[in-house]
Amino acid sequence: MSISERQQEIVDEFSLFDDWMDKYQHLIEMGKTLPLISPSEKTDDKLIKGCQSKVWLHAQLTDNEVVFTADSDAVITKGIIAILIRVFSKQPPEAVVKAKTDFIDEIGLKEHLSPTRANGLVSMIKQMKLYALAFETQLNE
Amino acid sequence: MSFDVAAIRADFPILSRQVHGKPLVYLDNAATSQKPQAVIDAIVDYYSRYNANIHRGVHTLSQEATDAYEQARIKIQKHFNIKKKQEVIFTSGTTHGINLVAQGFSNLLTSEDEVLVSALEHHSNIVPWQMLCERTGATLKVLPMNAEGTLAMEELEHVLSAKTKLVFVNHISNALGTINPIETLIEKAHAVDAAVLVDGAQACSHIQPDLDALDVDFYVTSAHKMCGPTGVGILYGKEEWLEKLPPYQGGGEMISEVTFEKTTYAELPHKFEAGTPNIAGGIAFGAAIDYLQQIGFDAIANYEADLLAYATEELLKIEGMKIYGTGPDKTSVISFNVGDIHPYDIGTILDKLGIAVRTGHHCAQPVMAYFNIPGTVRASFAFYNTKEEVDALVVGVRKAQMMLS
Repeated sequence: MSISERQQEIVDEFSLFDDWMDKYQHLIEMGKTLPLISPSEKTDDKLIKGCQSKVWLHAQLTDNEVVFTADSDAVITKGIIAILIRVFSKQPPEAVVKAKTDFIDEIGLKEHLSPTRANGLVSMIKQMKLYALAFETQLNE
Repeated sequence: MSFDVAAIRADFPILSRQVHGKPLVYLDNAATSQKPQAVIDAIVDYYSRYNANIHRGVHTLSQEATDAYEQARIKIQKHFNIKKKQEVIFTSGTTHGINLVAQGFSNLLTSEDEVLVSALEHHSNIVPWQMLCERTGATLKVLPMNAEGTLAMEELEHVLSAKTKLVFVNHISNALGTINPIETLIEKAHAVDAAVLVDGAQACSHIQPDLDALDVDFYVTSAHKMCGPTGVGILYGKEEWLEKLPPYQGGGEMISEVTFEKTTYAELPHKFEAGTPNIAGGIAFGAAIDYLQQIGFDAIANYEADLLAYATEELLKIEGMKIYGTGPDKTSVISFNVGDIHPYDIGTILDKLGIAVRTGHHCAQPVMAYFNIPGTVRASFAFYNTKEEVDALVVGVRKAQMMLS
């Protein structure tokens, strides 16, 4: 499934909930299914600092695809990370570099990706793309 | 006069708005207070009727603006019981006042000297002193805190000595709401000839400090915490200290005579007020003081104490509730966590319910490190908050707890 197909799938899934509480409940549940970064990788150099919550991100290239694992100390942040990983992980690096994140607005979770929110998520997306770019360069060599 | 909270709330236009379709419950007063119509009107009135630059013009508007601005200075002087009006320096806020004093002490300190700060500080408040110590070679000492979130006064004799030249402490801690024993600190500091600077940013919305009686050397605060506008505050300094400190910034207003060889600085307070000040802000600060005076600080203190007691009692009924800052003297601030739920998660759910609280480390990382937590949820109450709003907070926290655990 391509990145945009995965995004559409998530948008459809969230459209089942009219109530914000149900939507958040689903987000929190998604956070619990997050492919957690292994404790040995959860080091300070994998830490993306936000003022409010911490995010750890690890990336590796497996079979020419970027594989992301991550964690956060806040559950709602973890839910958003789970969405991003479901969209971006196990995709070709080039597709990750080019991908947009507008679908988050459609789900109604836009405020979490605001650059002024200081939860580390904006930096996380930037970091995901930087990893993807590095792997893309590596593949083209 | 009985305290009519409904009438008071009607003075604040913002309190009738909705957030996410729910009535706003504003419990982030320690970050900034809301503004009554009287303060908003003072700003609009200034710009609509007599906007002009002050202190220099011969024309009517300039004279009216100068009078209003200087009138505000006198209101502030009276409010804080300051002896001389030239001891009231308008600043852009608390941080500006602190930096002005820190910069001034650069010329007065040597590598033999020490500066003492409390462990309860806002971290932005620690930085100017670290910079001062870097510039002068002086040593920065810290007065520690204890588990209740109060200053460990028994440690004072180990960190305060004849070497101490300046003591810096906040009147009330922003993260925990603890009221510090500044009277004792001032007395002990003066006994070793150290000057004391008190940060009153968190205090002045709750109490009316008597600066003459306190005998403090410097005191800083911001208008926006006390129903006034952002971008304006004051530095109080004893005249002899203000005379001793060099000017902080060069520019218009702060000079009396300029040639290329030499500039003579203006008299106090203008020596420290370079450039065109925040005229509207200063005037509106005066209006905010009038407003608060009309309600009365005794009435405010009584009402807020009631609200704090009620909120504390109700919040403690929630399973897993842990309140930080449990000293006997505190203002209407409750910093808390629920079980091991991240404060950011609670704050996010509360926001969806229209409830504004602060989450995170409240710019007091040393305080959070002491308790070994990533941060707290902080609900800070003002005299315009109600018990119904406390109830809404409690319901909101329970809802968040249900969703998040």
